[in-house]
Amino acid sequence: MVAPALVAKDFKPETPPDWCPGCGDFGVLTGLFQACAALQIQPHNLLVVSGIGCSSNLPGFIRSYGVHSLHGRALPFATGSKLANQAMTVVVTGGDGDGYGIGLNHFVQAMRRNIDVTYIVMNNEIYGLTTGQASPTTETGMKTKTTPHGNLEGMLNPMALALAAGCGFIARGFSGQPKQLVELYKAGINHPGFALIDVFSPCVTFNKHNTYPWFRERVYKLEDEDHDTGNFHSAMDKALEYGDRIPIGLLYRSPDPQPPLDAIDPALTSGEPLVQQSFTIDGDTRKGLIREFM
Amino acid sequence: MSQPEIVVGIGGAAGDGTASAGNTLVLSMSRQGIAAYSYNAYQSVIRGGHSWLRLRFSAKKPLTHGDQVNALIALNQDSLDRHLQELAPGGIALFNGAKFAPSYDPPEGVQLCSLPVPDLAPDAARLPVMQNTVAVGALVQLMGLEFTTLESVFETTFAKKPAVVQQNVDAARNGYDYAAKNFEPLATQLKPTDQKWAQASGNHLLAMGAALAGCKFYVAYPMSPATHILEWFANHAQKLGICVRQVEDEISVVNMCIGANHMGVRGMCATSGGGFALMTEAIGMAGIFETPAVIINVMRAGPSTGVPTKTEQADLNQAFGASQGDFQRVVLAPLSMPDCFVTPSQAFDVADHFQLPVIILADLLMCEGSETVATDELDVEFPIDRGELITSADGPPVGEPYLRYKDTPSGISPRAVPGVPGHLHVAASDEHDEDGVLLSDVYTDPIRRMKMTRKRARKMSTILHHLPAPILEGPADAETTLIGWGSTWGVIKEAAERLNAEGVSVNHLQIKTIIPLHVDEIAAVLEKNQRTIIIENNQSGQFARHLRAESGIVASGHIRKYDGEPFEPKHIVAGVKDVIGGQSLVEAVSTEPGWRTDHPTGTSGPWDGLNEVRKPDVPAEA
Repeated sequence: MVAPALVAKDFKPETPPDWCPGCGDFGVLTGLFQACAALQIQPHNLLVVSGIGCSSNLPGFIRSYGVHSLHGRALPFATGSKLANQAMTVVVTGGDGDGYGIGLNHFVQAMRRNIDVTYIVMNNEIYGLTTGQASPTTETGMKTKTTPHGNLEGMLNPMALALAAGCGFIARGFSGQPKQLVELYKAGINHPGFALIDVFSPCVTFNKHNTYPWFRERVYKLEDEDHDTGNFHSAMDKALEYGDRIPIGLLYRSPDPQPPLDAIDPALTSGEPLVQQSFTIDGDTRKGLIREFM
Repeated sequence: MSQPEIVVGIGGAAGDGTASAGNTLVLSMSRQGIAAYSYNAYQSVIRGGHSWLRLRFSAKKPLTHGDQVNALIALNQDSLDRHLQELAPGGIALFNGAKFAPSYDPPEGVQLCSLPVPDLAPDAARLPVMQNTVAVGALVQLMGLEFTTLESVFETTFAKKPAVVQQNVDAARNGYDYAAKNFEPLATQLKPTDQKWAQASGNHLLAMGAALAGCKFYVAYPMSPATHILEWFANHAQKLGICVRQVEDEISVVNMCIGANHMGVRGMCATSGGGFALMTEAIGMAGIFETPAVIINVMRAGPSTGVPTKTEQADLNQAFGASQGDFQRVVLAPLSMPDCFVTPSQAFDVADHFQLPVIILADLLMCEGSETVATDELDVEFPIDRGELITSADGPPVGEPYLRYKDTPSGISPRAVPGVPGHLHVAASDEHDEDGVLLSDVYTDPIRRMKMTRKRARKMSTILHHLPAPILEGPADAETTLIGWGSTWGVIKEAAERLNAEGVSVNHLQIKTIIPLHVDEIAAVLEKNQRTIIIENNQSGQFARHLRAESGIVASGHIRKYDGEPFEPKHIVAGVKDVIGGQSLVEAVSTEPGWRTDHPTGTSGPWDGLNEVRKPDVPAEA
């Protein structure tokens, strides 16, 4: 019997999201349902891993296997999971504070490590769940609860950082542009290796500056311009654009993608997931190990 | 000692080849059926400083490095002057006479064996380590052993370099022959036996034990003294099909480890105290996820960076307090190097069965030290208990929704791993209901919060039977019971044997399972004696406090050591006598000799009272 084709609502669970009405994360989630349906990923073959934060509640709002881990630690957890079962599609979700603040080290290392997971960062340029403090992507000068006289620190540019860290797939979306978002998800999940999709996902409650209208006035689609997604330097130029005009879409896809870690680790090159491999060691091999000490 | 034994000390600067000379010697002994125990006291330097390797050889398996030296190989002037004074009567000192000579007369009955290294190893001018080879050859002669086995060690060590094999064999042979002609053999002579020994460190045994227990994923960040576990796994990853990763920090390490375990493989990680501190938040996550994980802390002397190349048992409080909140964990402290081999299997089984994190507390002494282990003890097939693990869709009856955190009488809920159809769930670090849905973000739900907390806690009610209980050694009716935990088993056992031989009646209870604690079993032993002495390698008595907290038992005396060096039997023998004499706290200290130019007798005299058990200058504070 052929199973019926999956549709977006197959990924929709009984529990509705508890995000604030109008939160950008709704668009991010709906887009993910559509992308997973379009790619016909069986819910039991999908693992969605998050850290902590409003956006990190996402695994509870999608019908799949989910992990709601620790603040900033979604990427290491997901890396271990992918290495243990490379047959699973692994999507990591979180916010800017989770990924670019407390988890930044792991973010850079995961890109360098090129583990085949898709990382969706719901970037609202603020700490939302803790009710409105500056995040690493909060604009310089912006007033928040912890920067009452304006943010003195520079604004992290995740796009440029990802390029420098050797990420092979870098895209930026906007939850106000759902169709483009679905295409970016599909391309990111299909990319063999680490894929970053930074999504502007406005916090309607605690960021009164970077609002839907603010983004709508500024974003433009890279696919509408003559942007060469395989050119590192052009991508860096676009990555640095943030102000009156902000590019969204596929920024960079490596013309020479390296095989992901989960395809080249010596224990995984057979393609058989680690979890399905035999974990017993035969007597001859055991005797050989002992002989090394003799 | 009923069996003849020889303790060899090899002293030199880091980079002089102390460790490789020791390895050569140990292998050549173990291949002849002679057992060995090694302990290297060294500094955190790559070149220079002082490193002092002690190797104890006997047909009867030694459990410690002992507390005397019979044969000294001094690789430099400093080592000769530091350690010559330690030699027991009948002992020998081997050194390169072309380079240096002792600065003072040896103790009475000690033979100076000056080796003309340039004559015996013409390459020594270019390759200073050839002096080590000459000395090892000479020592093998003086211990009364054949040369052939030593030759075989060079053949395997330098298997890919035949010229180097010949060079070493020639130098060793010259040393061997020279010693026969010029020196008196050691008073104690060793004889080959038929026993088959493997020679391995605690780190190697933890690694191999884990691999044989089904560990398919190992992840770590380099940190002494646990790094050799990572190196063993890295070297065997391809052959054994184990995914081995070195990653950015211990936070990443433990999260990857739990992530891999979550998918259904057996994963392990190891570190030392500082790295373990970084891991602690995630250990609590494994607790609330009910995901098995095995985490090793190879303790070194702390706090903070502490004394990174020295041993201590002071991370017990850290293991108790690792992570916030109430959650279930097991803490196991292997008792010896062979026990390091067995412990990962026990840890994985109990982690899988009860779905919780298991912390193994080992220490530098046994993990970087090495000893001979009977090959029969290693050639075993561990039974594997994966617990209630669902890896295929033929799980719960049709129509019943799968509850990952089902509230069962045992507290253990059948665990489906991601990838299995029909068992979708979220593992949440937030408090969650039986189905995995978060409770934390709904309006306070006291009943369900208590239900889930109790469900997890209930797992501990049956776990004790799955864990090794302490075994009483020595006479059951002894007046005094010595209690230790973890790696001090061997040294306490040897001290207890000596005390009983001297007429001081003691028995010995060594604790491996720290959490949970076999309180009833311990209390049953202690109610029969007159005196309990707790021996631990830390300052504050972390285990004594734990025992008191768990059982109300207050020990009559304490022997502690926190000078960076391990206990030697003599420290415990003397400490027990002091406690019997009325002292409640004895702090032992090693008389690690230093060669001091400010010594009252000038530059040519040894320290006074070297082989006595020293007390610290300051009185112990109770």
